[in-house]
Amino acid sequence: MGVLSRKATCNSHGQDSSYFLGWQEYEKNPYDEVTNPHGIIQMGLAENQLSFDLLESWLAKNPDAASFRRDGQSIFKELALFQDYHGLPAFKNALVDFMAEIRGNKVTFDPNHIVLTAGATSANETLMFCLAEQGDAFLLPTPYYPGFDRDLKWRTGVEIVPIECTSSNRFQITASALEKAYEQAQKKNLRVKGVLVTNPSNPLGTSMTRDELDLLVNFISDKEIHLISDEIYSGTVFSSPAFVSIMEVLKDRNLEKTEVWERVHIVYSLSKDLGLPGFRVGAIYSNDPIVVAAATKMSSFGLVSSQTQYLLSAMLSDKKFTKEYIAKNHKRLQKRRSKLVAGLEKAGIGCLESNAGLFCWVDMRHLLSSDTFEAEMELWKRIVYDVKLNISPGSSCHCIEPGWFRVCFANMSEDTLKLAMQRLKSFVGSIAVNDRSHRDLKNSRRKFRTKWVFRLSFQSFHDREQDER
Amino acid sequence: MAAISKIATGNGHGENSPYFDGWKAYEANPFHPIDRPDGVIQMGLAENQLSFDFIEKWLMEHPESSLCTAEGVDKFKETALFQDYHGLPEFRQAVAKFMGKVRGDRVKFDSDRIVMSGGATGAHEMLAFCLVDPGEALLVPTPYYPGFDRDLRWRTGVELVPVVCESTNDFMITIDALEAAYLKAQEAKLRVKGLLITNPSNPLGTFMNKETLNNIVRFVNEKNIHLISDEIYAATVFMEPEFVSISEIIEEVECNRDLIHIVYSLSKDMGFPGFRVGIVYSYNDVVTNCARKMSSFGLVSSQTQQLIASMLSDDDFIDNFVSDSKDRLFKRHKYFTWSLAQVGIGSLNSNAGLFIWMDLRKLLKEKTFDAEMELWRVIIDDVKLNVSPGSSFHCHEPGWFRVCFANMDDNTMEVALSRIRNFMVKHNETVVPPRNKLWRRTSLKLSLSRRMDDFIMSPSILSPQSPLPQSPLVRART
Repeated sequence: MGVLSRKATCNSHGQDSSYFLGWQEYEKNPYDEVTNPHGIIQMGLAENQLSFDLLESWLAKNPDAASFRRDGQSIFKELALFQDYHGLPAFKNALVDFMAEIRGNKVTFDPNHIVLTAGATSANETLMFCLAEQGDAFLLPTPYYPGFDRDLKWRTGVEIVPIECTSSNRFQITASALEKAYEQAQKKNLRVKGVLVTNPSNPLGTSMTRDELDLLVNFISDKEIHLISDEIYSGTVFSSPAFVSIMEVLKDRNLEKTEVWERVHIVYSLSKDLGLPGFRVGAIYSNDPIVVAAATKMSSFGLVSSQTQYLLSAMLSDKKFTKEYIAKNHKRLQKRRSKLVAGLEKAGIGCLESNAGLFCWVDMRHLLSSDTFEAEMELWKRIVYDVKLNISPGSSCHCIEPGWFRVCFANMSEDTLKLAMQRLKSFVGSIAVNDRSHRDLKNSRRKFRTKWVFRLSFQSFHDREQDER
Repeated sequence: MAAISKIATGNGHGENSPYFDGWKAYEANPFHPIDRPDGVIQMGLAENQLSFDFIEKWLMEHPESSLCTAEGVDKFKETALFQDYHGLPEFRQAVAKFMGKVRGDRVKFDSDRIVMSGGATGAHEMLAFCLVDPGEALLVPTPYYPGFDRDLRWRTGVELVPVVCESTNDFMITIDALEAAYLKAQEAKLRVKGLLITNPSNPLGTFMNKETLNNIVRFVNEKNIHLISDEIYAATVFMEPEFVSISEIIEEVECNRDLIHIVYSLSKDMGFPGFRVGIVYSYNDVVTNCARKMSSFGLVSSQTQQLIASMLSDDDFIDNFVSDSKDRLFKRHKYFTWSLAQVGIGSLNSNAGLFIWMDLRKLLKEKTFDAEMELWRVIIDDVKLNVSPGSSFHCHEPGWFRVCFANMDDNTMEVALSRIRNFMVKHNETVVPPRNKLWRRTSLKLSLSRRMDDFIMSPSILSPQSPLPQSPLVRART
């Protein structure tokens, strides 16, 4: 066959990662309360399914927005023809207002600095094309969203160098970690073009402290590099500390209109805050007009459907609705997170204290047979295949410490979450039984009995579980 | 100060081309029948605006197609969450069926090979990323759509090598031209990875006959290079003979199917450029899988997938729509070319697309591109029509212009024609036939509308070879 490109034949799309393998297993055997109660429960998908009723009720009250009508008149033709990469003005205005509202109106955004893209996936890739050459590098704090390996590197040829964060200080970014990463890049002869952070963090679920943000600003000033702040989860900060956006920090430090100001870019999306990943609504916000101009032209490769822009412009312009939505959504996320944390506690599992996101960063280091990534994989496989929960192993997020897992809580019903926690509890209990058995037995016959005992005890836990429901 | 990338600061976006200058002139002073009757009329935009009333009627009759209405809202959550890059199965099936219909159901398309992209713009870039490495090349017959310079080259680093086509044989692609282009690439030390054809052609408005397509298939197989067939205008073929797609050719001619890829979109056939529905259809499994992963960068909004799935599944509606749309395109094209012929302006004989390839070579002061630009400036600034100069399409001969006819209503078309007539009257150096004296501006509107009605009623429009009087000035090519 005609030879394909290197991009087509390499693995940079990242889909061989375990992050995606877990999804594949789930797809083969997905849990359903009625039709497949023993299937795999999806806890690897960071979706916000908690507030659809609010969206649906708004839609019911505002039928024009989704039916191509404005004030009762059909505007279908106008929308069907609208392919201007500057985007629908009404939508951009509504979007920047929404972004400001999420930040407590402590900062405002200029709609002329916003570029609409097909999801944050496209926004991040586009920023790489704008800011870096092939072979340049961006520094990313670990652990980070596995999709970045594809979004930032695949077609752009840009490299990622990790800023290693550890549990010793709750995975916060430190000055020394930043410097170490920078030096690492230099050793590899990679020119560092910037730092990309996700704030609030995926997978940690924490929002950055002011100190961390100050540190970043100092670092990028000193090195004269860019900062991309992916704030896709900014609307999911459900408890204190309140979310502090990078823009707020720049403003507070009187850095507006300075050089550093133009090197800070924000990525946003409605996939997490509003729970609309299917609609592919992403955005780049940059203070640099050249970046805005270039990114706008590049957005031709992934514009937001005008049909969707119109619907969302109507929705987000309804300030009464957005205020109510943001508040209720926060409450529900907080409540649901508490349920997960409580469930984990019952299983003797802890997690990183978090105030945002759609997941918890769960600590299963004590369940590892050894402090290695092999042991983490081993544990993960058991959780996927035996416990039947798809969770994401820390190694897929490039965490440098084995034993951490990202567990999502907002993409299922409360009952399903309860069941998941019960399964986990049983599993942990059975590991304890197994450990004791291993210590007592010495020969192969006993080893055989162990397996049988393990299965039996697991089974009896499972039966009890059914009674509890 | 940290630099931004060369891609961001360079000219690879192609927007400094004159193709876009005309748009800027239009945007500064757009025509409006009441507010700005002397504004620039947009004839540089290949949009299909003739058949929206059919769609609007269908939408009213099918409220459930818009998932956010009372009738469709139960699908809202499911759709809003659906970001699977495989695409909604109903969407893929509906698109595959539609593509088959547009080709007279002579071929079937496999819905599992339908891959989404951010419009045809996204599809082209995606295929370039899949098939070609930076520094390698694609062959593209001239004249070609100016957007290709951006779509295929900008972020990919791919080079384009023109396959030169000439008016002497109606710009058809010849084996000689293909071989010459291939050789030229080799001389420039560029490795050719594929050939991109647009069929039906933009800007020509013609489509390729079987012989040409067979030659092309033979050529790519021989050289073991890819063939990308952009069939975005497939359903705009408004006159016999019927369109022949590459998908049909490969059923008849021996061909390595791993080399064949189709780009499609609903922007022209349905008139939905705003909805960003682009499709990559590859016969190569590896490419299909790779493209599908890449489609993450430009998926079609699930809200739009839902609408399209609903609409394109309505067989009766679609059958009627496609034939009605063709009928309107045919009438508009015929009237436009006939009116131009009346004032001695010819164009390439065409039966597809949303534009004509107008021949103004005789109006050039000299046979140069500078003269073409000069004439174009006059057309924009004095005649106040945004038309696209052939040079922006990399045409090798000066004097050709692409003029769109489907993106305006009848009244605007009349105004455009009257401006053209006035311009030609002023520039005619020989005696103008007596009847033309009637066409003064004051009586223009009345006589024009009467003329249009006469035209529409006339049986002669049914015949492509209608015996219309030709001006002695310009040897028109109708």
